[in-house]
This record gives sequence, C-alpha cells and structure tokens, in this order.
Amino acid sequence: MRKLLSCLFVALCGFTGIAGASSGGGGGGCTPNAPWEQWHANASVTSLSSLQRGARNYVNYCLGCHSLQYMRYSRIAEDLDIGEQQAKSNLIFTGASIHDYVKSAMPAKDAEEWFGRAPPDLSLIARARGADYIYQFLKGFYVDEGRPTGANNLVLKDTAMPYVLANVGGQHKAVFTLQKCVENGEEKMVRHFDGLETVVPGELSEEEYDGFVRDIVNFLQYVGEPVQAKRQRLGVWVILFLVVFTLFAWMLKKEIWKDVD
Amino acid sequence: MANGNETEPSKAPATGLSGWLEARFPGHKFVREHLTGYWAPKNFNFWYFFGSLALVVLIVQIVSGIFLAMNYTPSEEAAFASIEYIMREVEWGWLIRYMHSTGASAFFIIIYLHMFRGMLYGSYKKPRELVWLIGMLIYVLLMAEGFFGYVLPWGNMSYWGAQVIVSLFSAIPGVGDGLAEWVRGDYSISGITLNRFFALHVVALPLLLVMLVYAHIMALHEVGSNNPDGVEIKKKKRADGTPLDGIPFHPYYTYKDMVGVGVFLIIFCAVIFFAPTFGGLFLEKPNFEPANALSTPEHIAPVWYFTPYYAILRAVPDKLTGALLMGLAIVMFFFLPWLDRCKVKSIRYRGTIYKVFLGAFAVSFVALAYLGLQPAEGLYVVLARLFTVIYFAFFLLMPVYTRFEKTRPVPERVTGHA
Repeated sequence: MRKLLSCLFVALCGFTGIAGASSGGGGGGCTPNAPWEQWHANASVTSLSSLQRGARNYVNYCLGCHSLQYMRYSRIAEDLDIGEQQAKSNLIFTGASIHDYVKSAMPAKDAEEWFGRAPPDLSLIARARGADYIYQFLKGFYVDEGRPTGANNLVLKDTAMPYVLANVGGQHKAVFTLQKCVENGEEKMVRHFDGLETVVPGELSEEEYDGFVRDIVNFLQYVGEPVQAKRQRLGVWVILFLVVFTLFAWMLKKEIWKDVD
Repeated sequence: MANGNETEPSKAPATGLSGWLEARFPGHKFVREHLTGYWAPKNFNFWYFFGSLALVVLIVQIVSGIFLAMNYTPSEEAAFASIEYIMREVEWGWLIRYMHSTGASAFFIIIYLHMFRGMLYGSYKKPRELVWLIGMLIYVLLMAEGFFGYVLPWGNMSYWGAQVIVSLFSAIPGVGDGLAEWVRGDYSISGITLNRFFALHVVALPLLLVMLVYAHIMALHEVGSNNPDGVEIKKKKRADGTPLDGIPFHPYYTYKDMVGVGVFLIIFCAVIFFAPTFGGLFLEKPNFEPANALSTPEHIAPVWYFTPYYAILRAVPDKLTGALLMGLAIVMFFFLPWLDRCKVKSIRYRGTIYKVFLGAFAVSFVALAYLGLQPAEGLYVVLARLFTVIYFAFFLLMPVYTRFEKTRPVPERVTGHA
C-alpha cells in the first residue's frame, strides 16, 4: 500500500514537472516584456490607519465615478473605527445618509457618453482581478497624446479611464525601444518596455505616492470582503477548539477500543 | 465485549414515553439493526473514514443550504447582488456561504477518495454490486447538484460554464438543439434557466440524494461491510452467531469516526477561515463579476471536480465524440463489478498487473483534472489524449488483465486492527 502511494506521488511530481516546463516554454522569443506583472501590492487589511487613508483617497479621487454598490458608509465607519460624525464629514460628499450604499453621484448614462463606457463598480474588483492588478493599473498610467484622455495604461491598454491621479503622482513617459527577436527562425521587431520616466513631478514624492496607491489598494481589498480580517482572527480560535475536540475524541476512541483484540 | 448483548432484541421498556413510542414506532429496532447490532469488521483503516465523512458533509450542505435559500433571490436581476448581501449584511452569512461553497468541494474530495477505497479493496465485488451501483448513482446526481448550484451565484463563470455544459446537448445530431433549448427553457442561458436550476438544486436533487444515500446504507447493511483484507467476516462466527472479526458499529466506529470528523473539520475550517476561494479553485475569480452575455471569460473551465471529464471532452476534436467519451468515462464506473474478473478483492493480495493499472488510472484521473483547468493547446492536448487512453484502458482491458492476474493467498481471518 505504502509502496503504491509513493509510486503515485513520484509519478505525479514528474507529471507536474513536465506540464510546468511546457507552459513556461510556450512563449517564444517575440512576446513583449511586461515587467509590471512583477509589481506586487502586498495588500493587507490589518493596518487600520492604511485603510482609513485608503477610504479618504477613494472618496476624494475615485468615488466621483466608481461606486461601491454593495458597501454601506456605516459599515466602513464601523469596521475602520471612524466615528459616525467623522465619517459624515470626511467620507460623504454626495448628500447620502450614513446608512446608504456608497454610490457615485455621476449618472451612468452621462458617464457612458463622456467616457465611452460607464465606469465599473469597484466593490468586488479586488476579488475579481486581485489586489496586484489594481496596484499595477494605478501605477501603470503614462502620457499618450494619441488617446482622447491624453493617457494610456500599461496593464489595460487604451483604457477609457483618464489619469485622475496625475496631480498627486505626477506625469510619466513610458520608454519603449524596438528590439530584434527571432520567432520560428524569422527575424522580427518587438516593442520592449524599458521603464517609466517622470515628466512632470506630482505633489507627492515617488515614495509617498506609492504609499498613497497602496492605501487605496488595501482599502479595495477590504471592500471586496469586509469580513476578511475578522474571519482570520476567528479562524484561529475555531481551529484551536477543533484541535482540543479531536484530542479528546481520540482519547475517548482509545478508551472504547481497549477491549478489541 | 463479546457478550452478544447487541444482537439480542433488547426489551423495550413497557412504561414511560420511550415504551409508548417503542410500541408504535420501530426506533429501537432501527438503532439496533444499523448501529448497536450492526457488526462491522474490526480492521477498518484510514480509507474507511470517508463514508461517514460524506454523510457529515451532506448534512452540512443541507443545513447551510437551507439558510442560504432564506436569503438568496433566484432571479436574473437579483441573484448576484443577493449573494453579496449574504456575504456582507446577513448575520454570519459569509460563514454560511463559505461552509456551503467549501462543502461542495469537500464533498467531491471525499466521494473521490471513497470511490478509490472501493477500487483498492474490491468493495464493488459480489455481493456488494448493488451498493456500488447506488453509490455511482449518488455520484452522478451529486455532479448534477454541484453543477446547478454553481450556476446560482450568477457570476460570469457560472453563466459561461452553464452555457458550455448545456450546449453539449446540442452536439447530439437531430434532436440536439431542441434538447438544449428544452433544458435551458430559452435560446441561451437566462433567468428562466436560473430559476429551474434553483428548483432542482434545492428541492428535487437533495430529495433524491437523501433517498439514495438511505438506500446505499440499507443495501450495505444487508450484505455487510467489506474491509482492507477483503475477507467476508460472516464466514467465521462465534457460538452466538456474531462474526469473530466483527465489532458493533456503535460504540466502536461511532467513536472512531468522531476522530475522523475532528481531523476533517480542522482541514475544512482551515479552508473556510483562511483560504475560502482556495486560490481561485473553489471560488473562481471571474465569478466575482456578474453574468455578462457580452463578455466571455478568458478561459472557461468548470469547477475542479468536473475537470477530468472536461479534459476528456476537449481531448477529442469532434464535439459529439468528445461528449460521448465524456459520458462514457462516467458510465464505465457502473460496470466495474462485471469488468473485474479477479476473485480476490483486496489490493493487498492482488497481482502486480492490477496494482500497475490502478496506479496508472489514479495518476491519469488527477492529471486529467489538472489538464482540464489548463487552456486546450499544444502539449496539454497531447497529454490529455495520452491520459484519456490510459483512463479507458484501465476499464476496457480489465476483463483481460484481471483474468490472468497472479494473486497471493487471502487469509482466513482479517489481519489486525487500526
């Protein structure tokens, strides 16, 4: 039996090894590089101050267009330890009640006319795309005069969203160079991304701006599943209880089985 | 323990509520026949935990499902939002939902291990063919139940997954398109489909499942449990008629299974509390976007427990042949009791050839599950074809390789106990 299991295990390891190699080697030499995929948000919902700053940034810079339709102001105030009065004066600019859902004041119809598509609701963006995606998107804006908004994005090419954080984070130029590559024995040119260059500095230093964006990402991570911090805290106690329960169940089993020979 | 009390019909108290009930309802008799007087082999090992665990998960699913149904809205317009309402605003709603979504995956892990146990120790062989057949029926219904349930959150993967699966019917020549339309109640997956899937998910299939689980256990208790040695314990009996190698299910296995339930719950709760999406495997990322007929997810893949069959479907270029092969892959299990010609039940005493085939089959099953999650291109398709061949070879060649199997002598009595 044990031998059979170890055989299975070895076979499985070997198999996943082959599959891994195949998926890695499929790219070829002419795939454009995407170093931003390695920009990690390291999102965390454990720092209340970061979440509070994120909520502030969100209502100031994002809520004009992007609703959080499944989230109530009162829930944010309670979870992030913001007093009701403070929440009313610092988070609510739309005349909404504190018990209302966080909705943008912009009519969807107008938005569609202005931007080509209605800005999506962001309640679940962290769950649907992941925190890293939001971080890469927000840090991926660059100047592109060819676009109606004057900006383009590394992650979401030709995004309809204007670079609303330009004043805070500054304007950047994306540096691309054409490089030779070989695919299927043919020589081709591929656009290689070399990095972002600051053209106009923003109000915040590069480091401060990174923190600013990370606060928004953390906040959206929280909004995606408001209970997640509590869930993990509770989980520790649940598991501890179950370990004790299982220990007692095991001792009871030993006692009951004493007379089986 | 061997005083044989458990087989004696214990006299019901003539007085009191218990006596009054016993005179009118066979409660004591049921407990005696299926717990205190059901003699199980004393050598059950690790693999024998999964039967009782499946029952535990069934109860978890039914109870959590009742509470979900109290707050879920089965309509095209409101289904997705009602799930978020459960996750955010219903008291403990998030826990109930994660119990149910994790429970679905846990159910399949347990059922797959439970089935593999049957294949390791020949539990499907005479006289337990019917136990196996009922079990396979439960498995098929469980897949339907899982599929219908997966559509209910009305996320984009729910929608497109349903679109792909139901469109398989349209591969049938002639009646296919009409049949798919009949299943959906519409020209494509819509609110009408959602409502009927809801009805099937919360009423029809659970009812059938509970009835079949009851039949599964009744059929098992009629013939008695197999064991890791594949020895029939009823052949060697004490003077009082109880099997020498048997012990009453209660208290011995009820207490032993409690340990199994404890260990299972530790793992189950670790997932619920620390990794409820399980890296996008139990709850997929695209399903956090509402169903959208205009935006197809990048890779449409069913939930992990269907992916072995999905890989088989995609391994064949022709849609109809692929769909037939996929169906056949499930149907094969039903014939196992008659495909296996070897008289020896347990893998402990079976020949190398069966061990090799069973090992290759298990590897193929897991490999196909992995491949079903990957895009159908390049080496993945080649591998899927290879493992599909091995998968079917295990079943189709079985009558041949099990006939000439060099088995080892089976002991008279069971060997040891856990």
